Amino acid sequence: MSSCFQTFSDYGLRSIGYGERLLPKADITLCEQFVLIGSGMIWNIYFAILALLFGFFFATVLALGKNSKLFLLNAPCRAFIFIFRGSPLFIQFFFAYDLFVLLPRLGVDIDLGFLVVTVETRWLTKAWLGALIVLFFNTSAYAGEIFYGALRAVPSQDLESADAFGFTGIKKFRRIIWPTMLRLAWPSYTNEAIFMFHATTLVFFTGFPAWQQKGDAIYYASYFADKTFNPFVPYPIVGFYFILLTLIIISLFGLINRQLNKHLPTNERKRLKINKYNLIR
Amino acid sequence: MFSYCTDPKTLEGLMWLSCYVTTAKHMSFYFSFFVVMGLLSLAAPLAMAFGFAGATAARSSLKIVRAFGKGYLAMIRGIPDIVFFLFIPIALDQAFEYLRHKVLCSDVTEAVRQGNDFVVCAAAKLPLNTASEWVHDIYGFSLALLAFGFVFGAFAGNVLSGAMAAVPKAQIETGEAYGFSSSQIFRRILIPQMWIYALPGLSNLWMILIKATPLLFLLGIEDIVYWAKELGGIKTGVYEYPHPDWRAWYFGVLMIFYLSLTYLSQSVLDKLSTRLSKGQATMAGKAV
Repeated sequence: MSSCFQTFSDYGLRSIGYGERLLPKADITLCEQFVLIGSGMIWNIYFAILALLFGFFFATVLALGKNSKLFLLNAPCRAFIFIFRGSPLFIQFFFAYDLFVLLPRLGVDIDLGFLVVTVETRWLTKAWLGALIVLFFNTSAYAGEIFYGALRAVPSQDLESADAFGFTGIKKFRRIIWPTMLRLAWPSYTNEAIFMFHATTLVFFTGFPAWQQKGDAIYYASYFADKTFNPFVPYPIVGFYFILLTLIIISLFGLINRQLNKHLPTNERKRLKINKYNLIR
Repeated sequence: MFSYCTDPKTLEGLMWLSCYVTTAKHMSFYFSFFVVMGLLSLAAPLAMAFGFAGATAARSSLKIVRAFGKGYLAMIRGIPDIVFFLFIPIALDQAFEYLRHKVLCSDVTEAVRQGNDFVVCAAAKLPLNTASEWVHDIYGFSLALLAFGFVFGAFAGNVLSGAMAAVPKAQIETGEAYGFSSSQIFRRILIPQMWIYALPGLSNLWMILIKATPLLFLLGIEDIVYWAKELGGIKTGVYEYPHPDWRAWYFGVLMIFYLSLTYLSQSVLDKLSTRLSKGQATMAGKAV
């Protein structure tokens, strides 16, 4: 047991570059597999949370744009959503990586007042930024389509009441349209969030290299499967971690769903049933 | 391909390009598009079969069968599909070899798993070491196909079990009132009526299946991703057709291929859905 604590301190943060440098090679223990794969989960969580966070806002913009009557606004939003929803994420990763590699190597200094940061185009070829951007665009497109559908389903009475109360512009959107849109979209959006977490497993299998063997959960799992010739241990461990994560997402999004439905009479509240029959993606 | 292609270093412009895109390797690249289409056309019915079995099992009156079916349908929800794509081919391969080892080499007493090695006798190897190249290719492709069928079967099972649950209860009860047996109800009432409820989910699934085909690359198949990487990479002067890093172009072509495939599928599915809704007592049916 104490050796497992040792393993934990050696490999717990291995995926972000702390601890033991060499990965276990021979006599791989169950503990090492659990710890290292768990360490890789840091990357999956990092990618998914940031992509979802930024994607949420961009998706709202895309949905509004697609719903706009102005051709100049709705055409680019439609095209963006079509391109990212119509092609495989796997190919998007390859395509984006190969484009980023072709970029000239530039550095731009950005003065933050207290500190000067050199933003380099080279960063785009690294997974932490390049893959994040692809995931961000991808989830924005999928969530944008979900939000667009919900936007179209906002009841017209709600809008009429808003007009009757003299709500216009930003206020009407922020107080009436947006909350209703979110409430209607939430079950599908929860589904999208789960898929996003799952999609992060693709990153290190595409062009983006795992530098110094700092990879995600499935990168380490496939490393172990290669080394031990035994797929029956590492892959179920990944499965275990992801089921745990999925349950956490469902309960978190369920809490938000309760908040969104709070004002409705109890019999009209939609419980967040993860609709396994209507798969998105 | 063309007669003037014998010495590509002397060619320029369109002549060079026409020779470049007709090399033997490019032909393999074009052929791999057919591999993708082949996978799609085989995986879809296989997944439907798996899904149908799963959905039926989940409704079974036997508790064990029901638990098995429900477990199969639920598993895909929590675990990324790529885990299954990596796991199933190796697991199946080892299972087949283990069984063959037990049957064909019963005289060997050493354990199959020795530390970090998986050792079976030569006769149990799949495919045999002596087998020709194409047997290896077919075997690899079949394992990949089974993985696709298994994963998408679970997706399809979810859709079909939802559709079965959506068939109005009164229809089933009417069947019972007429004295239909439970298998008759299943065959004559439930199955014919569930398709309209299953269609949106199944068309969605088809789109997901299209977008999952590049994962063949992870299974070691020489598919379009493999060839795009191979052909697009920098070719120095030692090659017949030297060129800089063109991978972005090749993957751009793949993007266009997939976009047109999904666009085409979407318009066909939309037409199909309009046709199937005709005369139905739904909002879409009334609109026609």
